[in-house]
Amino acid sequence: MKSLDQLAKIKESMQEVLKVRQGEPSANWKAHIMVCGGQGCISSNCRDVVDAIKESIAKNGLEEKTKIVLTGCMGPCDMGPVMIIYPDGTFYRRVKPKDAAAIIEEHVMKGNPVTRLLYRAPGAKEPTQRVHDIDLFKKQKKIVLRNTIYIDPLSIEDYISRDGYAALGKAVTQMKPEEVVAEVKKSGLRGRGGAGFPTGMKWQFTAAAEGSPKYVACNGDEGDPGAFMDRSVLEGDPHSVIEGMAICGYAIGAEQGYVYVRAEYPLAIERLEAAINRAREFGLLGKNIFSSGFNFDIEIRIGAGAFVCGEETALLTSIEGKRGEPRPRPPFPAQSGVWGKPTVLNNVETWANVAPIILNGADWFASIGTEKSKGTKVFALAGRINNTGIVEVPMGTTLREIVFEIGGGIPRKKEFKAVQTGGPSGGCIPAEHLDTPVDYDSLGALGAIMGSGGMIVMDDTTCMVDIAKFFLDFVVDESCGKCSPCRIGTKRMYEIIDRITKGEGREGDIELLQELAVTIKNTALCGLGQTAPNPVLSTIRYFRNEYEEHIKEHKCAAKICELKE
Amino acid sequence: MVACECKCEEPGKDELSKQLELIIDEYRGKSSGLIQVLTKAQELIGYLPKWALISIAKGLGVSLQEVYGVVTFYAFFSLIPRGRHKISVCAGTACYVKGTNMVIKTIREALGIKPGQTTPDSRYTLEIVRCIGACGLAPAMIIDGKDVHGRLEAEQIPEILEQYA
Repeated sequence: MKSLDQLAKIKESMQEVLKVRQGEPSANWKAHIMVCGGQGCISSNCRDVVDAIKESIAKNGLEEKTKIVLTGCMGPCDMGPVMIIYPDGTFYRRVKPKDAAAIIEEHVMKGNPVTRLLYRAPGAKEPTQRVHDIDLFKKQKKIVLRNTIYIDPLSIEDYISRDGYAALGKAVTQMKPEEVVAEVKKSGLRGRGGAGFPTGMKWQFTAAAEGSPKYVACNGDEGDPGAFMDRSVLEGDPHSVIEGMAICGYAIGAEQGYVYVRAEYPLAIERLEAAINRAREFGLLGKNIFSSGFNFDIEIRIGAGAFVCGEETALLTSIEGKRGEPRPRPPFPAQSGVWGKPTVLNNVETWANVAPIILNGADWFASIGTEKSKGTKVFALAGRINNTGIVEVPMGTTLREIVFEIGGGIPRKKEFKAVQTGGPSGGCIPAEHLDTPVDYDSLGALGAIMGSGGMIVMDDTTCMVDIAKFFLDFVVDESCGKCSPCRIGTKRMYEIIDRITKGEGREGDIELLQELAVTIKNTALCGLGQTAPNPVLSTIRYFRNEYEEHIKEHKCAAKICELKE
Repeated sequence: MVACECKCEEPGKDELSKQLELIIDEYRGKSSGLIQVLTKAQELIGYLPKWALISIAKGLGVSLQEVYGVVTFYAFFSLIPRGRHKISVCAGTACYVKGTNMVIKTIREALGIKPGQTTPDSRYTLEIVRCIGACGLAPAMIIDGKDVHGRLEAEQIPEILEQYA
C-alpha cells in the first residue's frame, strides 16, 4: 500500500457491496446472504446450508445477482446455523439445507420472508424479521465486533470497505508515534485480558524503555474455560487484530509482532494466517507501509496446551520455544519481554479496539462506558442461559441486563443462582448483586473479576461447592509447578474441598480453606496462583450455607455431590 | 473404509525420518522453533518417539533434556503412540455445568477406556481437554482436533463414535 489514496480507491470500489450490507437496495445485487461461519454454526453444519443455497442460486440463475458469504461468529450460537440476508437485514435461525429453496425462491426472488425461520422473542406472538429490531442485537454496542456480521473474514477488501486499515494509514502518515500513544492513553482503554491495566501506559513504558529491537505481541491463548471471545474476533475479523498491532508497532518503534494462539483453535489460526498473507500482498504488512518508511510484520506462534501460558511472562517465554513457566515481575515485559527486549503484550480484544480509537478519536471512545472503564466489553454467555453465545455491551451495563434482557434468562423456568465471571481467577456473583454495573472495579469489589469475559450462568441444579472444586481441580492440573504456594497450596485446598463433597468435611474446614487461600494469594509467583483461590473465596462468601450443609448435614441441595451418610 | 491393521501403507521409520529432517531444516540451529517443530513432527508421526526427539535436539542445537522438558510441559505433546482418532471431551465450565461427566461416563462405558488411554485396537484415544471454546454447544467434544460435536446426549454418543473407523 503506497498511499491513503490507494486505500480510498479500494474502498470506493467496494461501495456498492457496502451499501447493500447497510440496507440500501441495489440495482446490481438482489441479495447478500451472510451465513455465520463461527465455530458454533460450523458445528451445526452451516457449510451444508451454504452448499444448498449455492445450488439453489445456480438453479435459478442468480449467480450474478447474489453473493453468499461465510462470516465470523454472529453471536447467538445456540440458534445456529444463523444467517442475515441483506439489504433487508432479515435474520434466519436454525436453517437447514432443505430450507435453501424457500430462502432463494420465496425471499430473494419474490421478497417474501420465510416466516418459519424467523426469530421469535420469548413470549412474543409475532416473529421479528430484521436483525436490528431483535432485542438480543439491539441492546448491544459493537466496537470490537464492528465487522463480524458484515464481512467475509478472508476478504481484505471487505475489511477495507468498512474503514479497515484507514486508522493505520492515518497513524503512519499523519501522526507522530507519541501522538498515537497519547491518543490511546487518553481514550482510557484498559487491557481486555482481565487485569485491566491501562493500554496507553503500557505502550508509553515500552516506547520509553531502553533496548532494541522492540516487539509487539498478542495474547490469543484464551485459556479460561467458558471464554471464547478472542476466538470469535480472530475467526471473524482477523485484520482488526493485525491493524491494531501494526499501529502499536509504529507507536513504540517495533518492526516485529507475534500472535500467540492456542492450538485448540485451528480455524482461528487458519484465518489469521490467511489474513496476514493477504495483508502482506497488499503491502499493509512488510516494508515501507504507506510509503512512510515504517516496516512491520507478524508471525504466528501456536500454543501447545498449557493454561499458564496465558500469563504474560509465561507466554513470552513460550514464544521463545521454551517451557512456558512464569518469572517474577519486575522487570515487566515493557522493559524485558520477548528475547529480553521491550515488548507490548495485549490481548486479542484489546488489539481490536485500537483502530477505531485512532480513527474516531479518544474522546469518542471515552464517551462510551463508565468513568473508569471505557468502551465496551465482549462476553461469552454460556451455561444455564437461553441465548448462549457472544455479546458486546458498553461497560457499565448491569449483569441483569446481560443475563435476562440480552441473554434471554434461564431456560426451563429455573431460578437464577449465580453467574461466574473470570474463569478460574474469578468468582461467582449471586442474585442479590445482579444490578451491579459491569466494570473492572465493581466486579472486583464483589470478589469476582472482569476477567477475559467468560460468563457462565448457573441455576439451582448447580452445587456451588462442586463448582469451587471444579475450578480447583483445573488449577491443580494447570499449575506449572514452579512455585510451591500454587503447586502444593492449591492441591491441599482441593483435598479439603474434595473431602467436603464426599461427606467427610470437618468442623473448621471452611476456615482452613480461607486461611490457605489468603496465603496462596499473597505468596504465589504469578497471576495464576494469586487468583486461584478466588472461586473458593467467593463461593464461601455468598454460599457459605451450602458448605455448611455439606459439612454438617451431609447434604447437597443440588444433588450433585455424592455424600456418605 | 476400515484402515489396514498392519499399517503397511504407512511409510516406515526411514521415510518418516527423512520427512522429519525436512521439517527440521526450516528451523535448523534456531532453538526458538522448538515448539513449532515438535508440533509438526507429531502431526507427521502421530506421537513423539525418542528417535525423533534426538534428531530434533541435534537439528535445533538444544539439549535432549531441554526438548524432553518442553514435550512434557505442554499437554498437546505425547510420548506414546495414540489411537487413530483422538476424542477430546471438553471439561470447560459451561460443559461441566451441562454434563461433561455424563459424556465421559458414556464413552468410558462404550469403549472401556479411561481418559488418557487408547483402545487395544488403536482406534480411539480418549482425553479430557480444558475448554474448546464451543461453550454455546455445551456439552461438547472434538474429534481429531477438528470435528466439534455439541449438545451431546448419551444416546447419540455411540453413533458419533461409530463414524470414526
